[in-house]
Amino acid sequence: MAGIPAVLEAGGVSLRFGGVRALTDVSFAVRRGEIFSIIGPNGAGKTSMVNCVSGRYRPTEGRILFEGQDVTRLRPNRRAALGIGRTFQNLALFGHMSVLDNIMVGRHHLLGAGFLRGMAYWVGGAQREELAHRREVEEIIDFLEIQHVRKATAGTLSYGLRKRVELARAVALKPRLILLDEPMAGMNLEEKEDMARFIVDLNEEWGMTVLMIEHDMGVVMDISHRVMVLDFGRRIAEGTPEAVLADEHVRRAYLGEADEVVSGAGEPAAA
Amino acid sequence: MTSMAPAGDFRTAYRADTTIFPTRNARLALLVGLLVLCAAPLALGRYELGLLIAIGYSAIAALGLNILVGFTGQISIGHAAFFGFGAFASALLAEHHVPVPLAIWGAGLMTAVVGLVFGAPAARLKGLYLAIATLAAQFILEDFFARARWFSGGVAGRVTEPYTLFGLRFDREETYFYIVLAHVVVMFVAAANLMRTRDGRALVAVRDHYLSAEMMGINLAYYRTLSFGIASFYAGVAGALYAHYLLFVSVEAFNILYSIQFLAMVIIGGLGSIMGSLMGAAFMVLLPEIVQSAADLLAGGMIDRVLRLGASISFLREMAIGAAIILFLIFEPDGLAHRWRMIRAYWKLYPFSH
Repeated sequence: MAGIPAVLEAGGVSLRFGGVRALTDVSFAVRRGEIFSIIGPNGAGKTSMVNCVSGRYRPTEGRILFEGQDVTRLRPNRRAALGIGRTFQNLALFGHMSVLDNIMVGRHHLLGAGFLRGMAYWVGGAQREELAHRREVEEIIDFLEIQHVRKATAGTLSYGLRKRVELARAVALKPRLILLDEPMAGMNLEEKEDMARFIVDLNEEWGMTVLMIEHDMGVVMDISHRVMVLDFGRRIAEGTPEAVLADEHVRRAYLGEADEVVSGAGEPAAA
Repeated sequence: MTSMAPAGDFRTAYRADTTIFPTRNARLALLVGLLVLCAAPLALGRYELGLLIAIGYSAIAALGLNILVGFTGQISIGHAAFFGFGAFASALLAEHHVPVPLAIWGAGLMTAVVGLVFGAPAARLKGLYLAIATLAAQFILEDFFARARWFSGGVAGRVTEPYTLFGLRFDREETYFYIVLAHVVVMFVAAANLMRTRDGRALVAVRDHYLSAEMMGINLAYYRTLSFGIASFYAGVAGALYAHYLLFVSVEAFNILYSIQFLAMVIIGGLGSIMGSLMGAAFMVLLPEIVQSAADLLAGGMIDRVLRLGASISFLREMAIGAAIILFLIFEPDGLAHRWRMIRAYWKLYPFSH
């Protein structure tokens, strides 16, 4: 795997809220074409890490590089336009919009017609643009198998469907890196299998690099290429799923034994 | 059996799936409605036409406020001040020999600029704090109208030019009605188009979930401010139409009560509904007239004598408006537009609606 360029590089990222240390000196790199998972006990800082990447939080220290470009100080909307898409742990759809409109919002940075051309619609190309993008959005709808609800109001859908619509919306951005915050949370076995298949397809057929937080170890170990383990805001392990499972720090963190301070990262199974 | 509609609404092209009015019948109804309205000056008197004109310019202003409040989820309690600014601006432009048809749009643009200035805090403020900021806009503009004689004519008010186009004067209800109708159609079509394209969706996204909107690449500050600009533009055009209808504009018309009336139109019509803005405006314009005629009927009648209402009968009007707003908030919080959808849904399934 060595030699494949990194899509995302986090260097020495620390995040503090007042006296609380959410993240301490976390470094990792996600290579192009990878499914990279972050796991760890509750409160380990997984979502904080993803929020630093997507721009919701700004790290107190450290840098985030996306395709070699420093994005540490960019607003979330700028990062989305660069090609970082994400879904949320707690659903964050636009509840009063139709599924179709939700997904079309994902096309925002790809659409060129502003409000003036939008108001003129028939002259100025807004209609042509809308229809062209509608065609592409329909492909995403087909892929995620949500054709039957495309006109439904997003807020009225079941939990599993909403998760899928959220994924569709993130995919509509045409991201090169997609951040998935617990995509399987609260799903039954069948829905989890569907979601795992979607993620693998996105990675293999749509060519998206995936950074995923997930609690379901079975899924994580099945589909991830590499796994990073966080505990109390520190990176305690990183490597292939097998290597991480065998790591004694990881076992200790998950079995809940009294844990001596683990110094930074590095010594456990590097990939 | 060609007269029967298919038992469903089947579309085979994305183009047909993105129209403003979804079915052929809806488009037909709209066309017929517009034709009937075009014939209105033949059948209606000046009083009724005056009401229709008032509904027209109020609806444009209400639509602007609805884009801000209903679609973007912001709040403004200074809309009447922007309406007033448009009225004075258009009068001023007309006085400087700008033809009135252009002055109306020019006034809209000027008001949009003023709206952007006062809307700047909207990029950072939300909810109650923004409400207070827009309240400040209301009072600052009112004060400006009262003091800037060059702009508003001061306390004396300002006389405006009648609408003339190609040498024709549109200074009577029968003719000015068409001017307002044309503006209503243009402004409503523009809003409907906006809402089915990128920036309209962005506004609604900001309303529904601003955090994830930002993650989808939407610049929150830009769209919150833009919404104010668009709302002010609509208010300015509406105010200009008002000015060239009454041919006289005075300061005291644009007070905070009028701002609240615009809010009432939007709430009663339906937040986030384009046609609701028109329904709400019609309701708020017609309600006082209906209550007034009811009060006139009562005056001097038996009920009046028994209850000794006397002069206080005229307060019925204000009370009825207040009661209407409260009742709507309780029983019809989604507005007239929602009720209209329910009625349509009922007839769609009739007689199998249960």
